[in-house]
Amino acid sequence: METIILTLILFTPLAGALVIVSLPGGLVRAVKLVGLVASVITFALTVWLFLAFDGRNGEMQFVEKISWIPSLHVSYHLGVDGISLLLVVLTGFLTPIALLSSWDSIAVRVKGFVALMLLLEVGTLGVFMALDLFLFYVFWEFMLIPMYFIIGIWGGQERIYAAVKFFLFTMAGSLLMLVAIIWLGVYASTLQGGTFTTDLMELSRIAPGIPFGIQTWIFLAFTLSFAIKVPLFPLHTWLPDAHVQAPTAGSVILAGVLLKMGTYGLLRFSIPLFPAATFAFLPFIATLAVIGILYGALVAMVQPDLKKLVAYSSVSHLGFVVLGIFALTDEGIQGAIIQMVNHGLSTGALFLLVGMLYDRRHTRLLKDYGGLAKPMPVYATIFMIIMFSSAGLPGLNGFVGEFLILLGSFRSPFLGTPWFAIVAASGVVLAAVYLLRSYQRVFFGKNENPANQSLKDINLREWVVLVPILIFVVWIGVFPQTFMAKTEATTRHLVRQMEDARRGVPRAPSGMPNGMVPTRQSR
Amino acid sequence: MTPDTLLTLAVATLLLPLCGFVLMIFFGKRLPRQGDWLSTSVIAVSLGMAVVILAAKIGSYGGETLTLNFTWVDLHNVPLIGPLPIILGVAVDNLTAVMLVVVTLISTLVHLFSIGYMHGDIRYSRYFAYLGFFSFSMLMIVLANNLFLLYVGWELVGISSYLLIGHWYEKKSASNAAIKAFLVNRVGDFGFFLGIAMLFMTFHTFGLREIFEGIGAGRLPFESNWWLTAAGVLLFCGAVGKSAQFPLHVWLPDAMEGPTPVSALIHAATMVAAGVYLVARIFPLMTADALLVVAYIGAITAFISATIAITQNDIKKVLAYSTISQLGYMIMGLGVGAYSAGFFHLVTHAMFKAGLFLGSGSIIHAMHNALHHENDHATDAQDLRNMGGLRKAMPVTFWTFVVYTLAICGVPLTSGFLSKDEILAGTLAFGGMSGHVIIPVIGFLVAGLTAFYMFRVVILAFLGDHKDAARFSHLRESPMVMTIPLVVLAILSVFVFYSFNPFDASDSWIVRAVGRPDSVVPPSMAAPSTEAFEEAAHGLHGTAMLLSLSVAGIGVLFAFVTYYWRKINADAVASALGPAYRFLLNKWYFDEIYQAVIVNGTLALSRILRWFDGNIVDGLVNGTGWVTRGISSVSGMFDTYVVDGIVNLTGYLSGVGGLALRKFQTGRVQSYVIFAVLSVMVFYFVFRLI
Repeated sequence: METIILTLILFTPLAGALVIVSLPGGLVRAVKLVGLVASVITFALTVWLFLAFDGRNGEMQFVEKISWIPSLHVSYHLGVDGISLLLVVLTGFLTPIALLSSWDSIAVRVKGFVALMLLLEVGTLGVFMALDLFLFYVFWEFMLIPMYFIIGIWGGQERIYAAVKFFLFTMAGSLLMLVAIIWLGVYASTLQGGTFTTDLMELSRIAPGIPFGIQTWIFLAFTLSFAIKVPLFPLHTWLPDAHVQAPTAGSVILAGVLLKMGTYGLLRFSIPLFPAATFAFLPFIATLAVIGILYGALVAMVQPDLKKLVAYSSVSHLGFVVLGIFALTDEGIQGAIIQMVNHGLSTGALFLLVGMLYDRRHTRLLKDYGGLAKPMPVYATIFMIIMFSSAGLPGLNGFVGEFLILLGSFRSPFLGTPWFAIVAASGVVLAAVYLLRSYQRVFFGKNENPANQSLKDINLREWVVLVPILIFVVWIGVFPQTFMAKTEATTRHLVRQMEDARRGVPRAPSGMPNGMVPTRQSR
Repeated sequence: MTPDTLLTLAVATLLLPLCGFVLMIFFGKRLPRQGDWLSTSVIAVSLGMAVVILAAKIGSYGGETLTLNFTWVDLHNVPLIGPLPIILGVAVDNLTAVMLVVVTLISTLVHLFSIGYMHGDIRYSRYFAYLGFFSFSMLMIVLANNLFLLYVGWELVGISSYLLIGHWYEKKSASNAAIKAFLVNRVGDFGFFLGIAMLFMTFHTFGLREIFEGIGAGRLPFESNWWLTAAGVLLFCGAVGKSAQFPLHVWLPDAMEGPTPVSALIHAATMVAAGVYLVARIFPLMTADALLVVAYIGAITAFISATIAITQNDIKKVLAYSTISQLGYMIMGLGVGAYSAGFFHLVTHAMFKAGLFLGSGSIIHAMHNALHHENDHATDAQDLRNMGGLRKAMPVTFWTFVVYTLAICGVPLTSGFLSKDEILAGTLAFGGMSGHVIIPVIGFLVAGLTAFYMFRVVILAFLGDHKDAARFSHLRESPMVMTIPLVVLAILSVFVFYSFNPFDASDSWIVRAVGRPDSVVPPSMAAPSTEAFEEAAHGLHGTAMLLSLSVAGIGVLFAFVTYYWRKINADAVASALGPAYRFLLNKWYFDEIYQAVIVNGTLALSRILRWFDGNIVDGLVNGTGWVTRGISSVSGMFDTYVVDGIVNLTGYLSGVGGLALRKFQTGRVQSYVIFAVLSVMVFYFVFRLI
């Protein structure tokens, strides 16, 4: 099983989607069940992967490599390391939850919806596992299509605008990335004895040696594409629209998993492939990240719409992740990885909670609510726990990530100054402001609106959706070592590599056990 | 008792309330009596264990520190640093052992009192659950031997405070107060966090002992003395927030929106004292400059809030400002170097201030019931002007209240006398050594003000006659479950529990057990040594005692003259001092200024950014889309009219040409021959010409 586990994980949802497509559209219940079962099996497989993963090993594990397009040396090359492992598990975890959350709220074209959700999972899993840039790019683009339809068909009033905006924004970035990938392949073929290749392992030996001038351009092409996905300020405006218009399940996956593709890309490609360019742009990107932290929080503070508020809070939270990544310290990157998971859990849960409220009242405006703690005490309690997790309260997951990121960026020799961390830390105060204020407006006070007086508290299905998230929220908060033990070796590997690159030490790249530095013929 | 047993017991003391909380939150409502007995007995067991720990610790271990560590997260080998495990742990030294007892004792009494006070509340079991959660978090602060765990506990008490202030969240003022408390504290914690980060960056550990050792070995943040001072001040920011020190004191008076037993436990005796405890914990790394900041902040706070307390009419607001003022006293005491005295005052204050709050709770409870009887919902049960004459109706509450008041005023034979006198002697010594004479001046001034406003409360609430006879007939003493805690706290406000000599605190077991720790900062930066300080303070005890007794006496006298004998008309004085009185009544306008500058400023910025986001950032995106669409439609038109036009024109022209040429296709051989001959002739001439 070890040798094909990644393929199994990748193809189980695909198989589920195929079964669903072959079912008659009338069997709504069967369609939902098949979807749920397929995604739960996928999750079980990712858990197996998590347990089998060796956290002390910083290399790629469970690698599979099959030649795909021999003339271009493109292969079906999969593998996971400490950076991708948790994201794979997170994807596996959130998909069944998202499906279950839309059990009743999606009533039209159920068959298409479930099939697209599963295809979306295939795309995202593929992005996190691919070790060949061509394959990566295929998954990266593939994932756009189901998301486009999920927003465009099952979304709200402005769904077409939002879907097109989402699609075009992402597309604009990724085309530049495609050019950069091709350029890299061609560059590889011009080296002595080289051939055209898009294999990450090969390229990670070659790419850092690209002359600085051109390296910057290639770095920017990749990074722009990822920055749009994150989204980094000022490329974020597709996000609020997409989130507000997407159905709940779409928002959960969008916030929980899709945004992480951006931060993952930075960690996997931009930084290790192009260290010289990374150092050059690092202060600039860290500045944008810090601006995003404050900007997102401030804009969230005055949003009248709950879902938009959560969307802007994502801009703020992802700013923390980017800051942690570009701190290039162990605490920073470990914190960033754990914070990606945290954001997936807490923001995913917030979207679920807002969705549950929307299902009941068909409004997301803060002014329509007040005093909900009375008719919905359990809901209010869970909302509060998630809110505190999002605000970074100790004992819950958000704290661990934020604390490590801030520590890491405070002492980062790459950032060179604690000021990034100091300014970013004030974002933690602002997060409490917008969260507590909106919580007060929804749950506290007198319940005076007649429409809110007979609201039902959460039902069994909603319990099933929320409890797993709560378990992990507390688990990561109290004992993060379970998860951080898996990411630690990979992080150290990356940080070492960057330290060496900074000092100009020729390095032993990953996948090259004997430490050979390839000879290069410069053009 | 072996160290292991003692530490196990300490961890059990910590975790028991957490277990209570978990049980209560899930099953509280279904338990008989909604589980109040469960919460109360859990914390009582914790108290028992804390007493055992204290006795064993002081009895057999003297000044030792017992430590228990575990690795929370292991980052292994970190570049440039080496192995980096984040080790957390608990430690029991004398400071901790005393605090354990204080926290669990007050918590137990407040649990008891709440059974009566909160009877019939809509969220009765949840209230007790939160009390347990608070006790757990507070004990975590007390037991932590590292800044990380301390910070965790610090935030958790913040949550419990938020939840309990907002217990009656249907009231807008309550939920506002809860948010305010949380946010103001977060501002302080921002500084606290930066201080922690700076120390972590330098020493790669959160352990306090390791940090002290590092500084002692000459390693400093950014290798500069200045940054060491900064680190101390930043850590102190946390205390400024939590202990409601100027300029972050504004949340505590609002926090009185919470149930009164909560005010007693969290906002008077324990959580707000955590700031003082923090300063005591980090005392060794505080430079002389950092301590000077601490002393001044404490003094300013003590003075501002004492002046405000004089004018307030809500009994809980008076007590709240009094708490802020007394916390300022403790902070000032630590700042001037009177370490043991500052901490001693924390302990004695915890007893009598918790008593004052519970006493006021007893009054409010009685007033509420009486007003309820009268069907009067307009009269404020907490307003001193509606009270009076309660002595006759509520003797136990009255007499215990008097004991606490004597203690807070520093009257001999009370606990407060001992600790206050120590602090004042310390400020005198400090003033003499450093030349900052304003600090002892404020110290004595505040002592006089305290005596005045506290006796004002006693006189207005208990003495004289009650205005409304019908209401008075319904006023009843509170039930035993509420009066017993009052009596216990009153007994604990007597000198004998702290020192057998009622006039000299230097014999006190607390002062001896909790000696001032040695400073680890470079000698050039350090405050005067313990020996030098104590020598200076020793000779000043008599002076301090005389002075403080006289100012307190003057304060009490003025209170009686004004409010009992009414020789001075308070209203006339107030209107004569118009602007000054309104300035105090409105709490120096701190809330208004913060609202106008910080709150409105942030909101305005947020609105501007929202506009910017919707119109500029997104405008650019939509603009790009619009321009692209514009270009597309232009190229679409080009395509339709120009490209397609050329194609169509070509077609048209060929058509027209065809029509013209058709004329030549006659089918007659003669015509073709003529065309051929003509063509040959034409070509002949053309080629000849070329």
